[in-house]
Amino acid sequence: MNTEFTENLKDRYPLIIIGAGPAGLTASIYASRYKLEHLVIGEAIGGLAFEAHKICNFPIENEISGRDITKKMQEHARSLGANIIMDKVIGVQEKNEGENKIFKITTQSNKVFLANTVLLALGTERRRLDLPGENRFIGKGISYCATCDAMFYQNKTVAVVGGSNSANTSSLYLAEIAKKVYQIYRRDKLRGETSWIEQILHNQKIKVIYNTNIIGLKGEEKLEKIVLDTPYQGMKELAIDGLFVEIGSVPQKALIKDLSLQTDENGYIKVTSDQRTNRLGIWAAGDITTNSNNFRQIITACSEGAIAAESIFKFIKQHTS
Amino acid sequence: MSKVIELTKQDFDKEVLKSDIPVLVDFWAPWCQPCIMMSPILDVLSEELSGKLKICRVNTELPENRILAYQYQIQSIPNMKLFKNGIIIKEFIGLRPKEIFKEELEQVLNSS
Repeated sequence: MNTEFTENLKDRYPLIIIGAGPAGLTASIYASRYKLEHLVIGEAIGGLAFEAHKICNFPIENEISGRDITKKMQEHARSLGANIIMDKVIGVQEKNEGENKIFKITTQSNKVFLANTVLLALGTERRRLDLPGENRFIGKGISYCATCDAMFYQNKTVAVVGGSNSANTSSLYLAEIAKKVYQIYRRDKLRGETSWIEQILHNQKIKVIYNTNIIGLKGEEKLEKIVLDTPYQGMKELAIDGLFVEIGSVPQKALIKDLSLQTDENGYIKVTSDQRTNRLGIWAAGDITTNSNNFRQIITACSEGAIAAESIFKFIKQHTS
Repeated sequence: MSKVIELTKQDFDKEVLKSDIPVLVDFWAPWCQPCIMMSPILDVLSEELSGKLKICRVNTELPENRILAYQYQIQSIPNMKLFKNGIIIKEFIGLRPKEIFKEELEQVLNSS
């Protein structure tokens, strides 16, 4: 496994990008083209996009995996000289330095960096079911990553909960491996791209159960049954080997709260059209912001990263000339 | 210096089941983002807990290792099992921060 990230790191950068998904990596590419020295700190290189099994709407590729597309982005950013480190930022503090502000960034591995500007490309994390017993069954039948765990369900019966693109692509991927896939969705129609929905409806292995919620989890050593709020074929319990939770994602919260950034009612950072937050010196881009019209695609994250990098470049130029 | 050891089915017995010291086995795959995030944490822990704990990895993508994943009932990765005298004494599933994981490991190692 290649995890060696040996960089010649400095203590201080004009820009530090927190997050290494499509938004952060694109911002890095643009920043490098502007010769804007920067550091990317990402807990997950590639972000949540890494886990996408199949991407068919990114303009340069007919079909590509999340792993490959984010690998290309990372290679592109690195080829332009980007410093990218895998670490978790646990604190961003604003300090005064004469008349200027400076941000002190602390990571989980006790590294400290200073930055004149910060771009938050934090992304989102997966929403959980919040059902009793959920934690007990993690890794014992419950999974939040079909790409990671599908291979362990060869010829088994699984369920996917959710009805948007990530749930739909997970069902299709699991249908390639498992014996039977139940897709359980609370609404009466699947959402997301019509192409995926058509494939699901024509797939003999997938059975979509509409207007239904999962209200309970049962099993001894591992998950054995899920309890439905609406009977399916007369039964309120469905025997399965695995349950894949794909009910959307929620914004990362910790840093946003610490910095008192303005968010919408769901916790997404409010930004201007050039990706500025309400705090001077802090920008935000990608799935964490309100700027994609709730669409949150790889291409919208890339776009926001590019816009943010250009805006930061102009800001730094203005303040140093 | 104690590096993480890449295991195969062939050396599992020798390196894990017959080890003189406890062994943490990380079942992972290259398509798994949390596994990749866990990897540098295990590299550091392997150094820091050197002498007290041996850390190994099993790449479940390799066909020759699938039998190990089946045998140890892996359903979700990263899945890290702590062996002592050939017996699993603790299981850790999913990504966890380094310091928290180190504490968890030390607690088990000190009490077992």
